[in-house]
Amino acid sequence: MNLALGSGVYMVLAGVWLFLILATIGVERLAARGRSVEELQQRISSWWTIVVVCSIALLLSRTVALVFFALVSFLALKEYLSLIPTRRADRRVLFWAYLSIPIQYYWIGIEWYGMFIIFVPVYMFLLLPVAMILVGETQGYLRAAGTLHWGLMSMVFSLSHLAFLLVLPHVGGQAIGERAVSGQGLVLFLIVLTQLNDVAQYCWGKLLGRRRIAPKVSPNKTVEGFVGGVLSTVLIAYGLGPWLTPFTPLDTLLAGLLIGIAGFFGDLGISALKRDLGIKDSGTLLPGHGGILDRVDSLTYTAPLFFHFTRYYYF
Amino acid sequence: MRQLPRLLFFTLLVRPVLFLILGFNVRHRERLPVRGPAIIVANHNSHLDAPVLMSLLPLRLLPRIRPVAAADYFLSNRWLAWFALHIIGIIPLRMGGRQPKETLLAEIAAALQNDSIIILFPEGTRGEPEKFGKFRAGIGVLAEWFPQVPIHPIYLYGLGKALPRGEILLVPFFCDVFVGTALRGEGGDRRSFMARLDGTMRRLAEENKTATWE
Repeated sequence: MNLALGSGVYMVLAGVWLFLILATIGVERLAARGRSVEELQQRISSWWTIVVVCSIALLLSRTVALVFFALVSFLALKEYLSLIPTRRADRRVLFWAYLSIPIQYYWIGIEWYGMFIIFVPVYMFLLLPVAMILVGETQGYLRAAGTLHWGLMSMVFSLSHLAFLLVLPHVGGQAIGERAVSGQGLVLFLIVLTQLNDVAQYCWGKLLGRRRIAPKVSPNKTVEGFVGGVLSTVLIAYGLGPWLTPFTPLDTLLAGLLIGIAGFFGDLGISALKRDLGIKDSGTLLPGHGGILDRVDSLTYTAPLFFHFTRYYYF
Repeated sequence: MRQLPRLLFFTLLVRPVLFLILGFNVRHRERLPVRGPAIIVANHNSHLDAPVLMSLLPLRLLPRIRPVAAADYFLSNRWLAWFALHIIGIIPLRMGGRQPKETLLAEIAAALQNDSIIILFPEGTRGEPEKFGKFRAGIGVLAEWFPQVPIHPIYLYGLGKALPRGEILLVPFFCDVFVGTALRGEGGDRRSFMARLDGTMRRLAEENKTATWE
């Protein structure tokens, strides 16, 4: 049995399942009354996929979880590289970029923090342009090197912080206070809050939204939605914190605030990318949501920021 | 029994690899054929085109699917020929020479009478990656011979990036599949059919919003 796994993780996961069951029942009853809720049904069925797969990955074993997170990085990077313009000359370079995923997650597996934190920003940043130079195509070189690195930083480097949270208590060594801290708890805290933050911002925006924040990037994002969402996230963080994290009450509130604000900008970042490319959904992998980028967009911001918040104050 | 190696090959190898390494964004999936006889026509960029189209249809239809492929390429040596004929299940097309179209298309016609689902790449060659070549007239002849058989135009994008002509390294890219409404040969001549098919393919290609090669 996994000793590091606190009972809080089970309780919160059970809560997530219960929440989703209730949502499913609610939507089905709306559908039975003849309301048009097809998109909502699709969304919920995609949520089921996400929740079931995440639960299995988190509970089964650390290796399974790392493979799962690596797969998420792979799908996100693949979606990104399929959407952006790429040069034929860079086919091999893109192949090397994909190879960085197993390597990056391997560093996490062996708990080598120093390498984990510089591998993409230093080594891949320097090596992939070398591969491009050896191919020798200069037309569009800067754009190709820049867009590729942006993708690696977002989809591999940033998202992999989620996975490092898993091993962080082990690397950090000691249990904090009298409570044993589990990496699963931190990961669950981050994922649940980031996703609920998205949902809360959407709901508050629908309910009260009037003043647009960034009309050119995403016309649906409003001041009211943002504030309501962040406040909801802070509140939920306060409730979940004691079950999943070693944080003091004040730190739990701060973590909620951080996730709320960072998630908002991560979301907008991918919206800006899609606007730039002239597309609506990044894919069709998750019906009702779009592609995987539409789901991990906020995480690309919340994961590294929450990770460093946690690491700085607690490990 | 003869279908077993083929079924295993597609279930255990082709489908898992394609779905994981590549992945598909299928637009208008409901327009795909659900029974034979039918003809699928698609643009051709990669050796992956046929396996991808075969993987999009349900497994129960696999025994019926027959991609048409150039005999001079796929029957060029014994091992490739065995693989192409028995695992992929191609109908070899002996292009070139001065043969009547009845001879050239005989095997395809026979397969259609047998309720097969034919996959045809009327560009005739993979050509330049992600460039759309002109359709040849063979599909027009088939439409004339089988005016009732639905002809499903499909536009594929991305496979020419994943595995273009002359490359052996497969690089992961999502593949976009745009399925058009089925056309039929009835009520028009060959020329008008080819024009309709060409128009449909161009409209499907325009649905593709993904940025193209620089």
